[in-house]
Amino acid sequence: MVALTSAAGVAPAPRRHRVRVWRGLVLGIAAAYFLIPLYAGLRFSFQDDAGHWSLYALRAIPSQIGFTGAFWLSIKLAFTTLVGTLVLMVPTTIYVHLHLPRVRRLLEFVTVLPIVIPPIVLILGVLRAAPIWLKASPYLLSLMYVILTMPFVYRSLDAGISAIDLKTLVEASRSLGANGPQTLWRVILPNLRAGILSASVLTLALVLGEFTMASLDLWTTLPVWIYQFQQTDGHIATMVSMLSLIGTWVLITVMVSLDRSESRRSRRKAEVA
Amino acid sequence: MSQAQANGGSSGARVELRELVRVFGRTRALDGFSLDVEPGELVALLGPSGCGKTTALRALAGFELVDHGQVLVDGHDVARVSPQDRDMGMVFQSYSLFPNMSALHNVGFGLRMRGVRSTARRDKAHELLELVGLHEHAEKYPHQLSGGQQQRVALARALAIEPRVLLLDEPLSALDAKVRTGLRDQIRSLQQRLAITTVFVTHDQEEALSMADRVCVMREGRGEQTATPAELYSRPTSAFVAHFVGVSSRVPVRRDGATVGLWGQEVTVRNADLTARDVDAVLRPEDVAIVIDPAGPASVVHKSFLGAITRVTVSVESAEVRVDVRSDMARDLNHGDRVALSVVARDVLVSPRDGRVDVEED
Repeated sequence: MVALTSAAGVAPAPRRHRVRVWRGLVLGIAAAYFLIPLYAGLRFSFQDDAGHWSLYALRAIPSQIGFTGAFWLSIKLAFTTLVGTLVLMVPTTIYVHLHLPRVRRLLEFVTVLPIVIPPIVLILGVLRAAPIWLKASPYLLSLMYVILTMPFVYRSLDAGISAIDLKTLVEASRSLGANGPQTLWRVILPNLRAGILSASVLTLALVLGEFTMASLDLWTTLPVWIYQFQQTDGHIATMVSMLSLIGTWVLITVMVSLDRSESRRSRRKAEVA
Repeated sequence: MSQAQANGGSSGARVELRELVRVFGRTRALDGFSLDVEPGELVALLGPSGCGKTTALRALAGFELVDHGQVLVDGHDVARVSPQDRDMGMVFQSYSLFPNMSALHNVGFGLRMRGVRSTARRDKAHELLELVGLHEHAEKYPHQLSGGQQQRVALARALAIEPRVLLLDEPLSALDAKVRTGLRDQIRSLQQRLAITTVFVTHDQEEALSMADRVCVMREGRGEQTATPAELYSRPTSAFVAHFVGVSSRVPVRRDGATVGLWGQEVTVRNADLTARDVDAVLRPEDVAIVIDPAGPASVVHKSFLGAITRVTVSVESAEVRVDVRSDMARDLNHGDRVALSVVARDVLVSPRDGRVDVEED
């Protein structure tokens, strides 16, 4: 019995060792793939033209022409896209799950299209078709970003909804006297928080880093500014891209922390009540 | 003041379902279904899968709009009223507590939707949790409660709004046998104490017979028979009901006027309206007596020990008949023994010989 367990359940020592080595190697390569460019970028951004360590790039950022405008435009686009995406996708996904389950496959297919169709094709098509007043507004980009983020947002929400018994929860809520908006606000959204948060994080990360559409629509968002400014001063441009990366991480961490503390607070409130 | 009101509950409403029709594609889930439920009565809808019992309950709750027919509550047609305005409490088959709320908040949810103030809401929720014996679990979240506890909280939540009608959609089916029996008794006792009109859907005949004042056996979207559990068992009006409720055996017989000949006996036919001559007698295990007789026409095929009684299956001519025998007497019966049978019931139900009774058990 002991021999059987040993043979079937636990790998022999040399094999275990080989597995550990392979695992370490794969993780090391993956880490290097991400960390080496980051290290190189950080090192370059903290050096001057002569190759000496320097904070001049960091100090010079706020005074660079166009930086502040590009920064705020990216932030505004990120949040309008987030609002637009959630307002469009949350009710749609819930409605399809509740009332049109057969349409789920079609919706999955439709939401995959932005991955299949290159952004350059999307933006060029839209620029030809959009009315002048819309082309003149940067928020045309938000509309495009809503489409661009759809594959990730739909999947996050779909997974979140599939994890709960939506139909029963909605029916229980309605049988207790709640109307549609009350059911959405008090029952569905709190239980979809993880899915909505994940969709939001993906949306912000994608919008803050999007270059192609903004560039072709001739709006200077932060990624476009970085690209353009690289020809003027590579150190400052690299510093901004590093800060943009760190800023996105911080934003995401703050959102996740806020969700956790909210979750803890509501539990504490329930306990007090 | 009624007993229900004295207990802080609501007095029940009278429910009438009139000729309900609900069609899904080519399937008629409800095909002219009618049912009356008296105030304070518990009626169980019993039937095989696809018979329309859940559709009927959902039509009463407002989750299914009927294509035709009336849903009357205290005489008012609510067929087009939305579920939140019907004033009905419902307990679902699957666990339906809101995962983001504690047991206390779940129970208070319906009151909150009715604008009840926080203090009154909390007091009422505590009272209801005490009623279902879960007062000490008030602050727990659904994932911290067992299945049985969750269903008790769901029951408390449904009762908190003092509904005119309580709807139970197989609330015990996800629970293990021991918890199920305990909760079954608790539901029945609460329902009687609060005198609340209750409609209970189940596919478990034992559950229906033990809990309900009356049982409606459904088949293909229609009510086959609605009667008290005792009447349903002892006086089924159709072979389908006899087959679905309790155990029965079918024996081919030839009808002669108001009687049939069965193993040399003339037995009165219960349903005299049937005109066919070649019919099947539908026999309960306790309708038949068995004696060891080496020259008898039947032989023992199988024995099932059920405690005080043993169910003996015997083969006689082309039929198999199940007979209940006291276990101490059944010890002498062995596989292959020749036996004689006699009918001890005062009359028997007959059904057309080619009238197949296909019952798909859940």
